[in-house]
Amino acid sequence: MRPFGALKSSVVPLLYADIDTDQIIPASHLTSRTPEEFANGLFNRLRSSDPEFVLNDPAMRGRSILLAGTNFGCGSSREAAVWALKAGGFEAVIAPSFGEIFETNSLKNGLLPIRLESASYDELVRTIIHDRDATAIVDLAAGTLQVPGAVTASFEIDAFYRTLFLEGMDELGYLLSHEAAIEAYEAENMNPLARWRIEA
Amino acid sequence: MARYHPQTLYDRLWRSHIVAEQAGHPALLYVDLHLVHEGTYLQAFEMLDAQGIAVRQPKLTFATTDHWVPTERRLRRDAPLSSMSYVVQGLLEVAKEHGIEAFGPNDVNQGIVHVIGPELGLTLPGMTVVCGDSHTSTHGALGALSFGIGTTQVGHVLATQCLLQRKQKTLRVHISGRLRQGVTAKDLALHILSRHGVAFGREHVLEYAGTCVEAMSMAERMTLCNMSIEMGSRTGLVAPDDTTFEFVSGTPYAPTGRQWDESVERWRTLRSDDDALFDSEVSVDATDVEPMVTFGTTPGMGVPVSGRVPPVDVIGGPEKRRSYERALKYMGFVPGDRLDETRVSTVFIGSCSNSRVEDLRAAASVLRGRKVAAGTRLKIVPGSQAVKRQAEAEGLDHIFLAAGASWDEPGCSMCLAANGDVAPPQQYVASTSNRNFEGRQGPGARTLLMSPLTAAATAVAGVVADPRRYLDA
Repeated sequence: MRPFGALKSSVVPLLYADIDTDQIIPASHLTSRTPEEFANGLFNRLRSSDPEFVLNDPAMRGRSILLAGTNFGCGSSREAAVWALKAGGFEAVIAPSFGEIFETNSLKNGLLPIRLESASYDELVRTIIHDRDATAIVDLAAGTLQVPGAVTASFEIDAFYRTLFLEGMDELGYLLSHEAAIEAYEAENMNPLARWRIEA
Repeated sequence: MARYHPQTLYDRLWRSHIVAEQAGHPALLYVDLHLVHEGTYLQAFEMLDAQGIAVRQPKLTFATTDHWVPTERRLRRDAPLSSMSYVVQGLLEVAKEHGIEAFGPNDVNQGIVHVIGPELGLTLPGMTVVCGDSHTSTHGALGALSFGIGTTQVGHVLATQCLLQRKQKTLRVHISGRLRQGVTAKDLALHILSRHGVAFGREHVLEYAGTCVEAMSMAERMTLCNMSIEMGSRTGLVAPDDTTFEFVSGTPYAPTGRQWDESVERWRTLRSDDDALFDSEVSVDATDVEPMVTFGTTPGMGVPVSGRVPPVDVIGGPEKRRSYERALKYMGFVPGDRLDETRVSTVFIGSCSNSRVEDLRAAASVLRGRKVAAGTRLKIVPGSQAVKRQAEAEGLDHIFLAAGASWDEPGCSMCLAANGDVAPPQQYVASTSNRNFEGRQGPGARTLLMSPLTAAATAVAGVVADPRRYLDA
């Protein structure tokens, strides 16, 4: 994973609650293999059925921050929802809350899930509704989100994942470095029935 | 002497699976059972192969084909494997290469992953169980700590048999009373969702407790735990008891002999202490529950079958109002519409929520001696090959076919329509699955979630129908 640098972009507003991962990428696009295919899957149904859908607006092209509603990414665990957002050029999603599995998947793929508490979120939404082209600046190290002259908000990210993001570190590598502890657990504390399945 | 601290079931399951814990970092949690399906394996195995890493515990890993397999007989049994999606074939190849037991489309043990795990005795009380699928919460019905993970995490488990996890909060869902005739665990879940919404379980592990839960069969407990993810929680738990042990006993992969006796003794300790504290509590009286139907595009947008589409909820604020209006527009409803006047052209009985033999018996009790309404199509998909065999041994297939339903091969099918089992656009599909999201069952498809009893009644009536009118007194 590349280290997460500074992020400066206008936002794409998708101000609905409970946007689920089926909407983010439908099942028909889950067998995508290339970034182009995943990008095509991104909000595919909404883009093709609704000419007014925000991502059909040419002004949204090139924006890397999505501003969403509560419980964004709820529903299916499909990690392809994150891959599709990344393939579509997004580096961060801002919302009051996220579906848990989606939030975890985001952290594993360098898509920054920014949870804003309600006063800051409402202020940001008002700002964006007033000025669709306002620029947002995300500073992960400082934990701040700014729209210069309008909004200054702070956000928290799990400290462990913030380090992984900033340093571009690999979680699998971290897990593998615990080989001795895993072996010790398997020797001493493994669920007896799991052990029995291995030894059978 | 150590001070007594009351423990929850989650505390016990969590503590017994910690491999390593470092201040400030998520813990390493060991995985006893890793279930794999053809939707979320590809990039995980590619990650291992790219780094030359072997699967750490192939014997704790089991694969099935369910999401992409066709369910029509002529596309399944009579067609070659090479005619099926590349993900189906690819999973079988990669499983073979890594020494993982895999159940291909026509294998005797094949089925929906959350049906076969418990059915085969793979899922056992006290285990940690993970799978690249959000409905892994289902397995919690057996008192196993079970949750869905993403494809990258599938790779982590394949490589290390561990996951990085932070301990979650606990929420007890206390269910008193009893479900009345014609009312099922599915209705109970939809009732809870209609009252508490789709996010109240976020960041919590749900434990279902109370006399109503204790009286439930394993199939009912699985339906309830299955729907936990729709409540926002990745995990639902029911403490194992004699009902659980009777269910597990004699299943193909369960322990036997002395190992069985020792296991049951250990499993009896898997419960929350009477004075255990939960971070939150929700109370439900099952006697209040009616047969339910959803009208919107989240599982929380539901009412009793005799009910009407509610007015726009102004309490939730502009975002909620916008979402609600959007949902009604998609579904073609206006506030005040009666659900039981909704003409339904497709009915699907299946999915990991409701495709066990008990669910099929329930559907058969309504369909026996009756016919599916003209203009309505009823598709019945058993949850596994074993469920299919059992249903046929009981003659349920004859009842379904005589009614004019189709009787198909096991798989996820119309729940998510990945395999081409698509519901038609702008028409209503009554479904015993778990999600009514926009476009999930097909572009423009309008999903009405319900129980197998209500679905069978709806198929006969051709409109959303109260199953209680079709049950013998």
